[in-house]
Amino acid sequence: MYRNKRSMELADVEVWDGNVANSHALRQASVDVVSAYPITPSTGTVEAYASHNANGYVDGEMIMTESEHAAMSGCIGAAAAGARSATATSSQGLALMVETLYQASGMRLPIVLCMINRALAAPLNVNGDHSDMYLANQTGWISIDACTPEESYDLVLCAFRIGEHLDVRLPVIVNQDGFLTSHKAQNVRPLSDDAAYDFVGDYKEVNSMLNFDKPVTHGVQTESDWHFEHKAKQNAAMMASPKVIEEVFEEYAKVSGRKYNMIETYKSEDADIIIVCMGTTYQTAQVACDKMREEGIKAGVVMPRVFRPTQMDKLVETLKNAKAVVCMDRSAPGGQTGLLYNDVTAALFNTPYRPLVSNKIYGLGGRDINIGHLSTIYKEAQAEVEAGKLDGAIQKWIGVRGPELKYYSVEG
Amino acid sequence: MAKEKVITPEQEAIAKSLYKSTDQFENSIWNMGWDELVPGAACFSFEGEIDHTVVNVNPEDRPNAETNSINKYVGDWRVVKPVWKVDLCIDCQNCWLYCPDTSIISRDKEMVGIDYDHCKGCGICSEVCPTNPKSLVMFDENTKNEDALTQWPEKNTKGE
Repeated sequence: MYRNKRSMELADVEVWDGNVANSHALRQASVDVVSAYPITPSTGTVEAYASHNANGYVDGEMIMTESEHAAMSGCIGAAAAGARSATATSSQGLALMVETLYQASGMRLPIVLCMINRALAAPLNVNGDHSDMYLANQTGWISIDACTPEESYDLVLCAFRIGEHLDVRLPVIVNQDGFLTSHKAQNVRPLSDDAAYDFVGDYKEVNSMLNFDKPVTHGVQTESDWHFEHKAKQNAAMMASPKVIEEVFEEYAKVSGRKYNMIETYKSEDADIIIVCMGTTYQTAQVACDKMREEGIKAGVVMPRVFRPTQMDKLVETLKNAKAVVCMDRSAPGGQTGLLYNDVTAALFNTPYRPLVSNKIYGLGGRDINIGHLSTIYKEAQAEVEAGKLDGAIQKWIGVRGPELKYYSVEG
Repeated sequence: MAKEKVITPEQEAIAKSLYKSTDQFENSIWNMGWDELVPGAACFSFEGEIDHTVVNVNPEDRPNAETNSINKYVGDWRVVKPVWKVDLCIDCQNCWLYCPDTSIISRDKEMVGIDYDHCKGCGICSEVCPTNPKSLVMFDENTKNEDALTQWPEKNTKGE
């Protein structure tokens, strides 16, 4: 509830991987309770935080639990009691946590979850794709995506401010790509401990169980009599959160000089062909985009920085002048189109704007996506624009060995 | 022989006053839309803030909030109910001690009644009643209490 007594001297530029960056953000936010069950590739977040704890830089509690389900349960208990709480997980750990993710959001507890994205088994795989991010898509958690260690550091600090805001009071996931971000040491320009804590602020208790003057029950049962109203209230807070998120991003820009947006864009203003993607692919696509611009294709890249709640109006604003939009989903779609495709088409459907929208499934289980792949995607989309129609199917699988995979054929 | 136990009208009233129905609350949650509810379905026990001496106050006199479980009627969960024959009761308080739903109401270590708004008919009170015949006997929920009292079991004698 209060600033850690001991602060750490940090250089203007530190070389941290995404996990270490997370650990410093958690330390600087003076989290009261970190309850965790480490899993690759998010182990480093918990391990580095444990080092801070062992070295006396953490005044809060650190609990090692017996499973991810228990880790999130520990966070929920702590948050209901009136504590700032956080954890980290990936993949199967997130899957085991799912039941409690719904508890956390339904009980309106502003927990922060540092998620290092990793493929869901089977086959067992420790590398990065977005299937865990997508699994959490309807859990009622705000979901924000980072591409670099520095972004993850920044966004974890912002996540506390967003989730704990009295108009929001919802839990927040900060995603980053497994290994590509979590294990690649890069330059991070951290705030000082004092500046970071001043930004995050003291934790504001709401109906906490440790307030003995006003006894309260959390985690109650409601049936058809009350469940609907409580879900309506919870969703209303989610739908109102973008205003708060934008305010927090503005304020963070003032203290850090780094400005985040609900939707990040690269050369999309005048672009004909826009790739919509998330995570490290957003950076690779920028390089491919520049290359395409040199070759005369008006390319652009767009990334929903805030994945949930869905930013329909901003997606329309960003994509309305494009001739083709390629939605790239790094998650096995399970017999449907990917979530980015669904978000983009849903946003555009009730508007007059009709770019060609296609869906690429790519990078599953950490399969590399490189500038060559992305350049090919731009060129194929350009050809589709010239032909005035999609090349046979809405969904194509990119970079998979064997016969070409495409689904949802389109007429003509 | 101990004096036969009787219940005063005041004592009888206590057993009926624990539960408050929705229409007894000025700002009932049943008149609220989703926007007025407490976030996260947190349920308060008492109206406003309390001082910690509330534990010394009898339940019916506490500032119970509408969302306090005392105001949740669960009497219709029952299929059998305990009926109490006052004159047999020796106030041993076994039933009060063992009742899992605090539905045996006692004041000053004397039983005054059964809270039928919360009793779920588990039968533990009857099981632990030491008198012979029992002062608490389980009857079908639809049996009227005055009829039940006319069907009371006989005293058990040794060897039967």
